Amino acid sequence: MTHLTTEETGPYFGEFGGRFIPEALVPALDEIDETWRKSLVDEEFARELSGLQADYINRPSLLTEATRFAQHCGGARVFLKREDLNHTGSHKVNNAIGQALLARRMGKTRLIAETGAGQHGVATATAAALFGFECTVYMGAEDTQRQALNVARMRLLGATVVPVTTGTRTLKDAMNEAMRDWVARVDDTHYVIGTVAGPHPFPAMVRSFQRVIGDEAREQVLARTGRLPDAVCACVGGGSNAMGIFAAFLGDESVSLRGFEAGGEGVESGRHAARFSGGRPGVLHGSATYILQDEDGQTRPSHSISAGLDYPSVGPEHSHLHDTRRAVYEPVGDAEAMEAMRLLSRTEGIIPAIESSHALAGAMRVGQELGEDGIVLVNLSGRGDKDMTTAAKWFDYIDEGATQE
Amino acid sequence: MTASTAAALDAAAAAGRSAALIGYLPVGFPDVPGSLAAMEAMVAAGCDIVEVGLPYSDPGMDGPVIQRAVETALDGGVRTRDALRAVEAVAAAGGTPVIMSYWNLVLQYGVDDFARDLAAAGGAGIITPDLIPDEAAHWLAASDEHGLDRIFLAAPSSTPERLDRIASASRGFVYAASTMGVTGARASVDDHARELVDRVRGAGAERVCVGLGVSNGAQAAQVAQFADGVIVGSALVRALSADGVDGVAALTADLAAGVGA
Repeated sequence: MTHLTTEETGPYFGEFGGRFIPEALVPALDEIDETWRKSLVDEEFARELSGLQADYINRPSLLTEATRFAQHCGGARVFLKREDLNHTGSHKVNNAIGQALLARRMGKTRLIAETGAGQHGVATATAAALFGFECTVYMGAEDTQRQALNVARMRLLGATVVPVTTGTRTLKDAMNEAMRDWVARVDDTHYVIGTVAGPHPFPAMVRSFQRVIGDEAREQVLARTGRLPDAVCACVGGGSNAMGIFAAFLGDESVSLRGFEAGGEGVESGRHAARFSGGRPGVLHGSATYILQDEDGQTRPSHSISAGLDYPSVGPEHSHLHDTRRAVYEPVGDAEAMEAMRLLSRTEGIIPAIESSHALAGAMRVGQELGEDGIVLVNLSGRGDKDMTTAAKWFDYIDEGATQE
Repeated sequence: MTASTAAALDAAAAAGRSAALIGYLPVGFPDVPGSLAAMEAMVAAGCDIVEVGLPYSDPGMDGPVIQRAVETALDGGVRTRDALRAVEAVAAAGGTPVIMSYWNLVLQYGVDDFARDLAAAGGAGIITPDLIPDEAAHWLAASDEHGLDRIFLAAPSSTPERLDRIASASRGFVYAASTMGVTGARASVDDHARELVDRVRGAGAERVCVGLGVSNGAQAAQVAQFADGVIVGSALVRALSADGVDGVAALTADLAAGVGA
């Protein structure tokens, strides 16, 4: 069965991670940790999870070579890991289904979640419907506006969606509100954190549920090309799709790991979510990690055209990979990401999520570095259907006076 | 002389009162001078220990009343150093000041620097709602060096092993967060409060104070029967926002009567 190193199970990743949370939550976190660790060596759990992955999520996800897109990437071969083809449209479902299985083992009857773009909220609402759990999703009021379709999806799935009107009214405030709910109802409720952030064991546990992306992709690239890729590209908000695909390549020294954060309107503008370019270590949402903050340590508002990357903190393992230089993180601005979104749509007939478009823009840079002999693996973490309102506005695709009833 | 919460709690007991009164207000609400005036008024009306709250952008343990107040304070530009001014003001008024802060603010000031400046300002210690003893090595050392109280929280969900750890790591008192949930006034104080206090004492804590949910003199009197101190936050913040400094003074007097002042 699976054997994990200490580095893989937490609570610390170098100087990062840990548990900076109210005492009241410690027993719940201990219970999750114990249930998760038991599940790792439990064949019945492995069977349940892999059954749902195959018959419900649609795994393994495809690996698609993007030959026309690759012409814009210095001629390197580009492979897309198609998490956009998962049920619910993104990688988030890998984690939501895994945690729902754990919640059932712990005897919980209610799931709560925070969500930014709504993808994790939809994935959690989906898992709740499948398992017969009650479900409440906290979403920043600004995000419920710009991702209105996902709000409708969650409600159709039977979830209660609570718009959060405190603070910056985005993902970080949704997470605060979910924490407040959890501490009051921890007896019957499991908090499905959607990314590799939060207190231990969430960063390590969520990574373990997302690692399937990297394990599949590593085999698929080997089978297709006979060798490992030179670089693996992923967008990094909280960082779960990136950690999921990086995890399988951490031991492969020849593989360059490249994370792309939201550069927003430019790091110098102050309107971005580039924690590694514009932040410094601190503590937020339960773990020690890089954070966007002012001199006193107050969290600074982040900005990105992509709601899913619009988060002032980042998973602690990414901070460790950054400081040890095992992975390299760079910002990609709104405009560059949107251009990559349009380019993939027109060269491959695949409309990516704006989040994933940051990774595609990064792959275009990395491909130029590598040239024709290079192989680049990109995690296409989600599909772009949810982003049509934003894209239509950005590219001016809606005819004047047009309405949709 | 260094300020000490244990001394303040013991003095209340020696004076024949059933418990000490501990009142929370965030610095900078409604503005910095207004918050200092309200804290001084609390001391004058019988509050023994003042919890000087450091407003934080992400107050995960706080309910709506305190959230709104700290948002106002942050919008007004309050800084960490303003809390040290508040500590000086409370000490000068004859109260015992402690800081209540989410950990990142102390971390960014510098744990050693904050401990030094807090002690110099006359502060007794820090209440740390999101720092558990497991993560507190640096703070344990800094608080030892500067003779500061470190007040960790205990919860109804805490296991006996955790209560042992909390009791032995704490100095001054243990903050028994009596209900599972965020800050905010409640119609009745949870029955679990007494049980939690007993369990914390059983784990070796000499002094235990109860917070979360107390909003009036009658509730304070009830809690004072079994706790060394009664902690009130949201109700005071609400009084300040509704009726200003006079409102804070009136509620403090009611609470102080409840604990037998």
